[in-house]
Parts: sequence; C-alpha cells; structure tokens
Amino acid sequence: MSVMEAALAQSGVVEIHFDKVSKTFGREGEGKGVFRAVDDLTLDIHAGEMVAVLGRTGCGKSTMFNMIAGLQEPSTGRVEVKGRNPFAEFDWFRGKMAIVFQNDRLLPWRTAIQNVELGLEMLDRPPEERREIAQGWLSKLGLAGHENDYPHALSGGMRQRVSIARAFATDAGILLCDEPFSALDEMTGNRLRAEFSELVRENGKTAVFITHSIHEALQIGRRIIVLRRPAKIALDERMPLNPSRDEQDAMRARIQDILSE
Amino acid sequence: MIAERDSTAVRGLKQVATALAPFVVLAGLWQLASLGLPRYLVPSLVDVFWRTLDIFADWSQFSSALATAGRIMAGMVGAFVIGVGLAFLMERSTVADKFLGPTLNFFQGIPALSWVVFAIIWFKGVEPRILFIMVVTTLPAFAFQILGALRGMSRDLLEMVLSFRPTRWKMFRTMVLPAILPDILTSWRVNLGNASRVVVVAELVGATGGVGYELLQQQQLFDMAGALAWTLQLVFFVLITQKIISLIETWAFKYRAQSERAI
Repeated sequence: MSVMEAALAQSGVVEIHFDKVSKTFGREGEGKGVFRAVDDLTLDIHAGEMVAVLGRTGCGKSTMFNMIAGLQEPSTGRVEVKGRNPFAEFDWFRGKMAIVFQNDRLLPWRTAIQNVELGLEMLDRPPEERREIAQGWLSKLGLAGHENDYPHALSGGMRQRVSIARAFATDAGILLCDEPFSALDEMTGNRLRAEFSELVRENGKTAVFITHSIHEALQIGRRIIVLRRPAKIALDERMPLNPSRDEQDAMRARIQDILSE
Repeated sequence: MIAERDSTAVRGLKQVATALAPFVVLAGLWQLASLGLPRYLVPSLVDVFWRTLDIFADWSQFSSALATAGRIMAGMVGAFVIGVGLAFLMERSTVADKFLGPTLNFFQGIPALSWVVFAIIWFKGVEPRILFIMVVTTLPAFAFQILGALRGMSRDLLEMVLSFRPTRWKMFRTMVLPAILPDILTSWRVNLGNASRVVVVAELVGATGGVGYELLQQQQLFDMAGALAWTLQLVFFVLITQKIISLIETWAFKYRAQSERAI
C-alpha cells in the first residue's frame, strides 16, 4: 500500500455514498414490465479505496455505475459523490470523475494523443499543457511513438491503453471502470490490470471497478462487493494486504457460492 | 522499383480510361448521329465545342453562367442553414419532430414547378423568387439527412464525451460535428444535383439571365448547339463542385481505415 493510499484510506472520508437507493425501469400501468435494477442499496466508498463490484449479468452493476457517474437518477433514495448529487450537479463533477469503459470508445477521427487530450480540452487547459500531459501518459502506458496513430491503426490492447491514458490525464480523483479489460485476451488483460492497479495506487485515486470476473476482482480490488439481483449487497469484504493464495482461494470459493445461488 | 512505378502508372492510366470510356462512347454516338441528321436536331460536337468556348470567352455570357452557379449556392446554403436548425430542433424535441416531420414530407411532395408559380405570385423581384424556390425545394432533403445523421451518432461515443461534462459548444465541436460531417457532405452531393435541375426551371420563368434564361433563348432560336453548350455550363459547375466536395472528404476523412478488398 502506498503512503498516499494508506493516508487516504485511513482518512475515512466518504467519497461515494448510496443511501437506500432503488432504481426501477418502466412504470406500472404502461403495459411494459417493471424492472427493478437496484433495490434499497446502502453503501459507502471511502477516498482512496479500490473497490471491485462483482455480480452476474443483469444484477444492476451498470445501473449502479451510471448513477455514480450521474448518467442515471435513482428512483428512490440518495446517491452522493463528494457530498453532491452527481445527476443534478452534473457539470460540477467536470474533471473530478473519469470513466474507463468496457470498450475503448476512442473517437475515430482523433489520433491517439488527441483522444487523450479530450478530457483536458473540456477543462480548458492550454494546448501546450494538454499535449505535454497526454504525451506523458501515453509514454507511461508504453505508447510512445504511437501518438499520431489513428485508432484503427492500433491493436485492441493499445486502444484500451489510450482510453486508460485518457481517463488518467484529467487527474480526476474518482475513477469508474466498467469491465475495461473484458474484451482483451488473457495475457494483455492481465498485464493491463497490473499496470492499471499500480497507476491507481500511485496516484491515490478512488476507483470503482465493475466486473463479472472473480479473477479480475481478486486481482484488482482491495475491497470486494458482490451484488445479487437486483443489486443487493451479498458480500462486502476488504481484502488483506498481500493476500496469501489460501486467502484468495477462500474468497474465490465464497464468491462462487454466492454467485451460484 | 521501376517495375512497381510502371505498374502504378499503368493502373492510373487504366482508371482514367475507364472513367472516360462512357463519355467517349456517348460523344462518338452523338457525332455519328450528327453526320446523318439535320444540324438543328443533332449538331456536330465541333459546333458545340465552339459555342461552349464562346460562352467562356465572352464575359456577358459567362457572367450568366456564374449567376446560375451563385443562385444554386445561395439557395443551398440557405436551405442547409435552415435544414440544420430544423434537424437539431427535431432531434431535441418530440413535439417539434411530430410537427415538422409531416410538414417537411408535405413540402417534399410539392413539384418544383408549383413552387415556381407560388414564387411568382408571392414575390416581386426575380432574385427573391429564385432564392425562395431553391431553398424550399432543397430544404426537406437537407433537414432529413442531417436529422438521420444526428440520430445515427454512436451512443457509446456520445456517452463517453458526455462523461467529461463538456459544455454544449464543446460537445458540438468535439463529437457532433465530426460525427455528422460525412452525412453533411453526402447531403451536399445529393442536393447539388437536385438544385442544378431546379435552378433551370426557376430561371425559365422570369429571370433575365442565367443558364435557364439562356436555354429559353436557344429554344426560341432553335439552336441545339447553343442549348447543349449552356447545359454543359451547368454540368461543369456540378462536376467542379463535386470535385471540391471530394477533396474535402479526402482531407477530412483521412482517419478512415482503407480496406484492401472492395465490398
């Protein structure tokens, strides 16, 4: 655990707060089925925590993610990020939150470096500063020499690296990741996960990492939350520092039991 | 190396030859027909060539061709600006979409000649009449094409840009404009053909200059070579503008991957 990470985790500052949050889609009487994606969820995520949220497909992980990102509003209850409502105060979070998506979502008309600069443009950073920061992140992620390549000329792993660089470039305090390595082959995925964890730790970010892979959750999460349909917490455990293989196996078995119920 | 350069040159020549072949065949057939038919029906291509050159050389005639080009551009720019506005309105508001969609469809069903009659009744001057006709006849296509482009934008990319909380202007500049640009250019290509056909009809009625007016003069003089020469002015304008659009496309879409195999 880095000094920064330890300091942040011990600070006990609540960064993300869910208070009896429910989210339903569709309305009764409209002829369509009502789907409850999140049900009475209460949860606190502290500054500097790296949380892996795990659950089967359709368990409401993405809905929870979208509510933190301010893209969806809870039907009942309250979501707060840094003490504010991310949906109502959407613009306030400019530069304070960054997202790494499942697929790289690079703008095809922009080169790698221009894609990394995107978030910095939204923050009105001067062009020279943008370029310098973007260049630095691309180099850090092993993409030096590919700055002027368009996305179509990059491999899947390289594209995902660019999207990680784009998220880190804004230096946002909160990182939201929606299964960013699920589309990559195992080797590339493992390497990127390790690099990503290191970067999050080094930079003292609060990270929420959505995944459906137990392996990924154990590799990345310092705290593991398992959701059961509809987005109810079935397990919420902090992993020990440098867990032994036995501890990892025990956790894996517990998660498998919950997910197979 | 030399062999590679030679094969590239041969390929280039083949492409030019393939592109020119249909025109050469058409010209050959026309010239053949001109040998057996009266001159006032099918004039020799040599006559057409000299008449075309006359128009280029004589400013009073060439300015007439330029006036038509100007009218086409003015009408298209007007229709494009209004069309973009309407498309954004329809995309943002369901009420606007429900109202404007059927209205534009209704407009599309009105023949260009009817608009000419309406314009003569409603407007006094020649230029406002032509501008009105050009705008109303090309407006629906622009509006629908831009609307289609807005609706076809990738939701994933929109959401990604939105996650950075852009201002409305930055959202437009970084995401919306580059995403819809291919459709904008296509809409210009398509509407250019429509506009060049409509402008002639508009100029036939009431204009004192322009390709349509000149065509009417040639008809009255029974001068087929002149009629063809004036028609070619319009064709040249369309070809030049299409070439400019192609150059813009080449520059703007250089990011696109090139497939070695055609569809």
